[in-house]
Amino acid sequence: MSIATQTFDAIIVGGGGAGLRASLELAQSGLKVAVVSKVFPTRSHTVSAQGGVNAALGNTDGSDDWRWHMYDTIMGSDFLGDQDAIEYMCKVAPETIYELEHMGLPFSRLDDGKIYQRAFGGQTRNFGRDLVHRTCCAADRTGHAMLHTLYQKNVQAKTKFLNEWFAIDLVKTDAGIAGVIALDIVSGEVVFLKARATILATGGAGRIFQSTTNAHINTGDGFGMALRAGLPLQDMEFWQFHPTGIAGAGVLITEGSRGEGGYLVNKDGERYMERYAPHLKDLSCRDVVARSTMIEIREGRGCGPKGEYTLLKLDHLGADVIDKRLPGIRELARTFAGVDPVKDPIPVIPTCHYIMGGIPTNINAQVVTLDRNGVDKPVEGVYAAGECACVSVHGANRLGANSLLDIVVFGRAAGLHVQQSVREGLGFREPTQSDLEAALAGLNRWNNNTKGESVDEIRVALQKVMQDDFGVFRTAENMQEGFKKLKALQERLQYAAIKDKSNCFNTTRIEALELDNLMATALATAYLANERTESRGAHARYDFPERDDQNWLKHSVYYADGRIAFRPINMAPREVDAIKLQAREQ
Amino acid sequence: MRFSIYRYNPETDEKPYMKDYDVDVVEHDCHMVLDALLAIKNHMDDTLTFRRSCREGVCGSDGMNINGKNGLACTLSLDSMKEPVVIRPLPGLPVTRDLVVDMTQFYEQYDKVQPFLQNSDPLPAKERLQSPTDRAKLDGLYECILCACCTTSCPSFWWNPDKFVGPAGLLQAYRFIADSRDTEMDERLADLTDPFSVFRCRGIMNCVDVCPKGLNPTKAINHIKELMLEKSV
Repeated sequence: MSIATQTFDAIIVGGGGAGLRASLELAQSGLKVAVVSKVFPTRSHTVSAQGGVNAALGNTDGSDDWRWHMYDTIMGSDFLGDQDAIEYMCKVAPETIYELEHMGLPFSRLDDGKIYQRAFGGQTRNFGRDLVHRTCCAADRTGHAMLHTLYQKNVQAKTKFLNEWFAIDLVKTDAGIAGVIALDIVSGEVVFLKARATILATGGAGRIFQSTTNAHINTGDGFGMALRAGLPLQDMEFWQFHPTGIAGAGVLITEGSRGEGGYLVNKDGERYMERYAPHLKDLSCRDVVARSTMIEIREGRGCGPKGEYTLLKLDHLGADVIDKRLPGIRELARTFAGVDPVKDPIPVIPTCHYIMGGIPTNINAQVVTLDRNGVDKPVEGVYAAGECACVSVHGANRLGANSLLDIVVFGRAAGLHVQQSVREGLGFREPTQSDLEAALAGLNRWNNNTKGESVDEIRVALQKVMQDDFGVFRTAENMQEGFKKLKALQERLQYAAIKDKSNCFNTTRIEALELDNLMATALATAYLANERTESRGAHARYDFPERDDQNWLKHSVYYADGRIAFRPINMAPREVDAIKLQAREQ
Repeated sequence: MRFSIYRYNPETDEKPYMKDYDVDVVEHDCHMVLDALLAIKNHMDDTLTFRRSCREGVCGSDGMNINGKNGLACTLSLDSMKEPVVIRPLPGLPVTRDLVVDMTQFYEQYDKVQPFLQNSDPLPAKERLQSPTDRAKLDGLYECILCACCTTSCPSFWWNPDKFVGPAGLLQAYRFIADSRDTEMDERLADLTDPFSVFRCRGIMNCVDVCPKGLNPTKAINHIKELMLEKSV
């Protein structure tokens, strides 16, 4: 068997914000790079991010401090975040935002011409004392503005794009990662993309749930690839449920709508977050607001004929503020909820939104695994950045508007470290025939299976299990039941088949390969969620309702064979004192 | 509900044909055109091929021609649709397969306008300042999602897809011309002065009619022409 090979200094898998920030850094450095993206880059899910991106610029309030941002992020993470990584992210946030502004990102502006900053959940000044305006935005289309700006700068830098190519698997050798096997969706051709460095920037996997704000393309491809290459995933039990997905449609309504003064009400018209979180109210962390909302619904105070949602009230802001600051929300609410928020509240429900966990990396975005003694070991030739990575800057719960920051900070960090490594002599790893064949196994299975269940049957069943048994509130009983169902589905998946075997733009084949990745992601979640017998951040258990720092102040790490290990949390920032363990407002 | 859908797989079909599907839109909980396409693909015919991603009208993947008009499948409600709902690929671009078109020419026209901020002044330590009034000039321009609904509804583009930039590209050209932070306005205008790039626009305004984001490329094109006139005087 021979396979066409193309060779690069760096291959970036994924054309969202993290991938494009990395590719820009590398293309400008003169290295030979290519971005492999299964969709044209501006169709990546970064485009759907709305509310903004955090940086302690102090434009609206007159002053701010990255140390306060760091404090908030650590508190928000429920102490599962790594303090060195959070320190780095918050400290470089301002320069990263100025860079984006210089690139042309059309930020909204204050009267003095500076970047407009709005309030967002969990963002405070003076270490938790008062609300702060830290979230830089382009109306409520910040992700769109960021992604297009980054793409445009890559056009200028003449970055090579392999658009509508699907990365199937990493090619793993004894020495590290040699590149990826990718499929040109238009022609069906399969190519080995060989690189000194492979950067995974494949985004999230919200499609393991029935109801999600995520795009159809968020199928955890990087997670599946990492696991199949023997690499670990970390903290996969921590899924963020966004408090305000449009009921039914699942489409996101930004937290910025509460940042601009909107609030949630139950069927009695009560502003219930005042009761759960008297200090930060509707701008508490997302896990807190999502749980409070689910309790309202469970206890019969939900709205609508079945009482299955609550209402997000915005009409008191007036048409001017809504049209200026939240125009996209108005459009989405009209299209998907049939209400105009200028007049009526929007029906909302906590909806799967983001995975805090991912492929473990160090702050240079290098993927790490554990050696025999359980000590971190960077894996040669492979990086991860953005939602698919777990640095970990989000810990057990991400703060709103820290994800757009994460992608640009660590996309850039990956680009910088690859440059340095190449300068220092990072070479290629030569795969054997069997290394290449291993990376083709999944594709071959789908090509060879002729009769069996369809992709959609198994996908729907998987999404139902995750929705029913691994949602906002979890119990051992439910999760073990769900786990059994998942194992059965995993078995069935081996015998599933696609009827369409054509080569030209075969989206059925792509969906089949994606289903393998959804399954891998769901299993990682199930293993680790079952294991963690405490409640922390977004992982909330009825049977273990308290945070347990004695036993669980650690990252959990999962390998494809079901092995579970643990990594210590970094509590040693480089420049400032560590934030000491303390309780969060509930 | 009946759908009549354009089908063409170059590996198996000599020529394109229309195929009918009857979809139980209640059973499959279909609200938008995209929901119906997904129901067909998942339950009736997995060979049906189309692009989709965000399903909320911001990624621009699922532009197609629906009952004679270009639009996004994910934001067009089935409620008021005339039956059969006739779905074809975007016109004016080569068909790759079924509802998937080859968008190379569309992207080439986008690249041609140098769609990135250019500023030869030294970089400030912080952000470049921009007044809210200047920033407001970008509203109605920067929101473009590159779905190609406008450009592929434009007869001028159908005639000269290699030479006429088309409404989407020109909207982007003006997005940077209008940006107070961009210093290359003269160069940008000069690059567009040939008889085709801008001047093939005849003000037909199909682009305005179809834009799923409510943008107005014709207005942007007229601004470009006005500026050219101003500069030449």
